[in-house]
Amino acid sequence: MTVAFGALALWVIASVVDWGILHAVWRAEDREMCMHGSGGACWAVIDARWRLILFGLYPFEEHWRSGLACAAIVLVGILSCMPTMWTASRLAGLWVGGFVAFYVLMRGGLLGLAEVSVQDWGGLSLTIFVFASVTLIGMPAAIGFALLRRSDLPWISRTMGVIIDAVRSLPLLSIMFTFAVVLPFVLPSWIPTEKLYLVIIGYALFFACYQAEIIRGGMQALPPGQEEAAKALGIGYWHRIGRIVLPQAFRNALPPTISQLVITCKETSLIVIIGFFEILASGNAAYGTAEWNFAHIEVYCFVALLYFVVVFALSRYGAYLESRAAAAAR
Amino acid sequence: MTALLKSKPLRDGVAQASFVGGILLAVVLFALTARANLEAQGLTSGFGFLQRATGWGVSFSLIPFETSDTYMKVIGVGLLNSLFLGAISLTLATFIGIAIGIMRVSGNRMAELIGTTYVEIFRNLPMLLQVFFWYAILTSLPQPRMAVSIADIAFLSSRGIYLPGLNVTGLSVFIVALMLVAAFGLRLWLSTGDVFRRMARKRKAMLARAIWLGWLVLAIILLWSGRIPDTPLLSIAFLKGLNFREGLRVSPELLACIVAISIYGGAYIGEIVRAGFNAVPKGQSEAGRALGLTAWQIFSRIRLPLAVRSMMPVLTNQYVWLFKSTTIGIAIGFVDFFFVISTSISQAGQTLELIAILMGGFLVINYSLAWVLNRVNDAIKLKGTQLWT
Repeated sequence: MTVAFGALALWVIASVVDWGILHAVWRAEDREMCMHGSGGACWAVIDARWRLILFGLYPFEEHWRSGLACAAIVLVGILSCMPTMWTASRLAGLWVGGFVAFYVLMRGGLLGLAEVSVQDWGGLSLTIFVFASVTLIGMPAAIGFALLRRSDLPWISRTMGVIIDAVRSLPLLSIMFTFAVVLPFVLPSWIPTEKLYLVIIGYALFFACYQAEIIRGGMQALPPGQEEAAKALGIGYWHRIGRIVLPQAFRNALPPTISQLVITCKETSLIVIIGFFEILASGNAAYGTAEWNFAHIEVYCFVALLYFVVVFALSRYGAYLESRAAAAAR
Repeated sequence: MTALLKSKPLRDGVAQASFVGGILLAVVLFALTARANLEAQGLTSGFGFLQRATGWGVSFSLIPFETSDTYMKVIGVGLLNSLFLGAISLTLATFIGIAIGIMRVSGNRMAELIGTTYVEIFRNLPMLLQVFFWYAILTSLPQPRMAVSIADIAFLSSRGIYLPGLNVTGLSVFIVALMLVAAFGLRLWLSTGDVFRRMARKRKAMLARAIWLGWLVLAIILLWSGRIPDTPLLSIAFLKGLNFREGLRVSPELLACIVAISIYGGAYIGEIVRAGFNAVPKGQSEAGRALGLTAWQIFSRIRLPLAVRSMMPVLTNQYVWLFKSTTIGIAIGFVDFFFVISTSISQAGQTLELIAILMGGFLVINYSLAWVLNRVNDAIKLKGTQLWT
């Protein structure tokens, strides 16, 4: 058994290494050098088109802004993984600050930066923008939904339950599509309807409904004595929720929250179907010219690697948190 | 006045009324604006358009479809295609997931390593990326003239995969498949249902055989009656001109969706299977070993049945979630439910009605899927004295 599986693994590894490294063409002036190569991967396409993949249609001389903005969000993400930042006010401040910095850098029009309209955003920064804004809108909404869902008043909790269940049983794609297509129809004309923002709101609603159930699960895992003790001490509703229930509920709900964030990050790629130029679409565009039209696998591998780094890091972090919590519980 | 404000029932009532009322008000406002906007654009609302001819065709359909057929029918075609894709890829994902999950708990280091690598790679990449990837690979296969041939009965080409097929109508195949599912359900009911608890073992086995035999006979009758006249029963693809004729063509779109969903879903289900096996207390298999059972008996009689029971609730969620993700087929042009709805919206312009159909369709499918799986869970879960704690 071991030998058979080992041979299978070796064969797969050997053929991937052979294709990706040994016989690969790393630098090439044009497609000819790749086409007459040795049948390996043509990484030259990444060399030639990486700016398009990362930045999309963003103006060429402003690419540093897009890069810096992405770096800011990544920094915020790394900072918020540190336990010292885990208070509501610090986390909120960090994310709002990082997001504002990102938006100002990308949009421009301030501090002497040239203005770049949202339609021209693309590539990695659009993916990050959607992910960050969905989380920023969705997380507070999720807390609100969870509190309403757990309300003592039957009509409120039932209505919220119906809404959450309905949204959860619909595909994300159809929700985004509905928001992009239907909302301009049903909203009064004085409300601005930029398609990207509508899609983000739809996505945030979807995220909030899933996350609300996760938070509710975290709340239900609390011993009822905690809330009863707070009630007995005469602590009011908001203090009870804000100081006693939510902090503990979040600690309980941390592992599923991380995996929900992982899924959210992966599913931002769906906005390409609604017609936005995020990183998958710019990857398509990168091999979509006559010169590089044979190199799709290389481009997909590159985009896959970008996603993999982020998502794998997040899920490892989730596993680390789980082991930490398990150690603390012992 | 202050007394009124302090009355808890009153405050609660006001809070509830304003919450529900606010939501209702928003819905009514949306509806009113929508009507005003529609009137301004000169569109009529209502479901009358469902009877109109579409005027456009679909590239993949299980039932015959003409461009002169109605919108009602095209939506049915999309729904059938979605169910078809979902049934195939969920089944495959389950098999892959079970294989991967068992590899990860097998105790064989090499198998565990392969399983872990598989899960980490495919679970950490967006499914859309994987769909695009497989689609790119499938469409960059050689032209039909230079197709890769497997023993001259199956061909791999950029136009799709050609397999030997039966010359029968798609509808009869679909009914046969549906009956297979029904037979499985009946079999499961037979072995777990309360009604059959007192039945003798021998009679149970006979009934089970009768179920399968009945399915086989019905399937043969249906396939025979669904034959396309004047053709041999088995059709094998052959090259004629620039493309293949006859045979069963699996389009690259369908195949890319099936491959991507089953590989991606397999990684998730593999994790669920692993967690299920890990949830079985060690004492159970140790007790089995102490009784002198073989490794296979311990696995198939003790660990597997217990693991399946603890997996079931999580699997239900996973299936619903995977079925929802079949909508991704639209990215590469697979004609599924979502695809026909969005094409209908751009062609017929009845946005609100079509979106309502889309949402309603998914609600019905997902709720019934969850309902069936929950019934299965209720039937097989450990009861009363069977509980080990």
